[in-house]
Amino acid sequence: MVTLDTDPIVGASPRPRGPRPTRGFRVFQVVNTVILTGVVIVTLYPFVNVVARSLSDEAEIIAGRVNLLPRGLNFETYKFVFRDELFWTNYRNTVVYTVVATLISIVLTTCYAYVLSKSSLKGHKALVGLAIFTMFFSGGIIPNYVLVTSLGLKNTIWAVVLPNAISVFNLLVMKSFFENIPQELEEAAAIDGLGTYGTLLRIVLPLSKAVVATMLLLYSVTFWNAWFGAFIYMDRAELFPVTVYLRNLISSATSTTGVGASYEQATQVAANIQSVTMVLTVLPILLVYPFVQRYFVSGIMLGAVKG
Amino acid sequence: MSTRDTLAPAPGQEPAPPPPTPDQAPLRAARLTWRQALRRDWQLYSLAVLPLLFFLVFRYAPMIGNIIAFRRFQPGGSVFGERWVGLRYFKMFLTDASFWHVFGNTVTLGALTLLVCFPMPVVLALLLNELTSTKAKKFVQSVSYLPHFLSIVIVAGIIVQQTSIDGTVNQIVRALGGAPISFMQAPEWFRTVYVTSEVWQTIGWGTILYLAALTTIDHDLYEAARIDGANRWRQTWHVTLPGIRPTMMTLLILNTGAFMAVGFEKILLIYNPLTYPTADVISTYLFRVGLVSNNFSYAAAIGLFESIIGLTLVYSANAISRRTTGASLW
Repeated sequence: MVTLDTDPIVGASPRPRGPRPTRGFRVFQVVNTVILTGVVIVTLYPFVNVVARSLSDEAEIIAGRVNLLPRGLNFETYKFVFRDELFWTNYRNTVVYTVVATLISIVLTTCYAYVLSKSSLKGHKALVGLAIFTMFFSGGIIPNYVLVTSLGLKNTIWAVVLPNAISVFNLLVMKSFFENIPQELEEAAAIDGLGTYGTLLRIVLPLSKAVVATMLLLYSVTFWNAWFGAFIYMDRAELFPVTVYLRNLISSATSTTGVGASYEQATQVAANIQSVTMVLTVLPILLVYPFVQRYFVSGIMLGAVKG
Repeated sequence: MSTRDTLAPAPGQEPAPPPPTPDQAPLRAARLTWRQALRRDWQLYSLAVLPLLFFLVFRYAPMIGNIIAFRRFQPGGSVFGERWVGLRYFKMFLTDASFWHVFGNTVTLGALTLLVCFPMPVVLALLLNELTSTKAKKFVQSVSYLPHFLSIVIVAGIIVQQTSIDGTVNQIVRALGGAPISFMQAPEWFRTVYVTSEVWQTIGWGTILYLAALTTIDHDLYEAARIDGANRWRQTWHVTLPGIRPTMMTLLILNTGAFMAVGFEKILLIYNPLTYPTADVISTYLFRVGLVSNNFSYAAAIGLFESIIGLTLVYSANAISRRTTGASLW
């Protein structure tokens, strides 16, 4: 049975070395350390920079003097964004969309993955193929738009929730997890008189906490980050998730943004309001990241090895 | 198998019901008629109903919806269009100069992305593999995965900030004595900005499967190579790289499939009319034609063309890979 508890990040023992490291190898190790340090710095720098900008004075940003540390410390922008009702409405929308979409996705994915894990089921191959084919061929934006519109889903939460309810990748990860649960357990449950539903709820799911947690994280990060569905299916600003709010800030970065405040305030904060919004949008992801990345890695490995 | 329904006996415990003989579960299942299968496994099938509905409505219906590429469609009218027009919309875009322009951009950007972004994770994985300290290795990995978890909108925001006149890139340019460049308004810089940001975003996450493959290489092979007089570099060339080749092929096939779809959402977020000459690709073009100008049929025809090229690419890459290296997706 596959567990997700092993830590795949470190992997097995490092590559073996010869008896004596040569001079060339020592030079290489120094160069390698420098390169990898560079990778770490380049990856992290933009985050530090965004935070520094969000806390800096407008004039200092425009003068191009802000990089690692805030200059002309300023909390006005945060106060400004916190006072913006639309921002909070959109932030709340993101939370609601994420929770609802994740719950629906988990239920649908679990049900289908469980069915697909029963390879003796008649029609099993067709059911698997039906899902996998959609990984390689999709209808495209236009027919999707026509569909969602004609179903009357525009400007409703369902337009962002339903069209991406099942990720085939996640489905395959879950399927391979279920396949590794010992058959005997389920057979014993059947002898005890449990039907399929009972077996799934009382035997299989309690054994699958790790994979369900992985799915929760994978789906919720995806839905938290999503923007395109809302962007094309929603016309009213009070329905937007915060990602679309941010997108509108970026696209209007050069023009003067009113954002419902007085002109004076608006010009004060126009340049770093974008940074503040970015910080606030990415914050939940950064806060859970240290705890969740292990699950993501386990997930992708399970999916790749077995799927 | 007997787990789902108390009516069915466990394999091998007693002779199977109606279609008699073989006591092996898969064989028996294959011989069931649909009526029998449904009677035995109806609970299991019932679990598949909602997911199947999802696939049919939100995945397969849009595929059929592509029929509007061959029919005249009016917004507000029938979902499947008003009347047949044959290949009219295909002829239209095949003779449209703007289409061939964005087609060229797509191929260029797709090729650059593949050439740069595909090998980078291999290099990073090899470098990580040489680190002696597992703690350091773990730290670099954790950090490098981070961009993968960001919303594409955040990534776009980062790109815009870093390349703006007051951004860090221009701070460096100025420190080196150059004149600041407005990257986001310069078509000649778009490809560089795009590919660089793509590397930033994907290099770390891309190493995962390679690092997993690296751990499966038999250490005796290194030993043997060393005895044969291979230095570290030659060991990497003759042992490590062949060891991760199947993984490389798999990822290459997948990347090839995504070739035509080059970062649609990212481009949509960071391009503007000034950078259209290099930034506009098929997907962004059909987005504007379809959803901004409401030429649904015309855009659907372009979209269908793009999907079919994508599917053909995956299929051929897979076939070539199977013939030459034995690695394939299916």
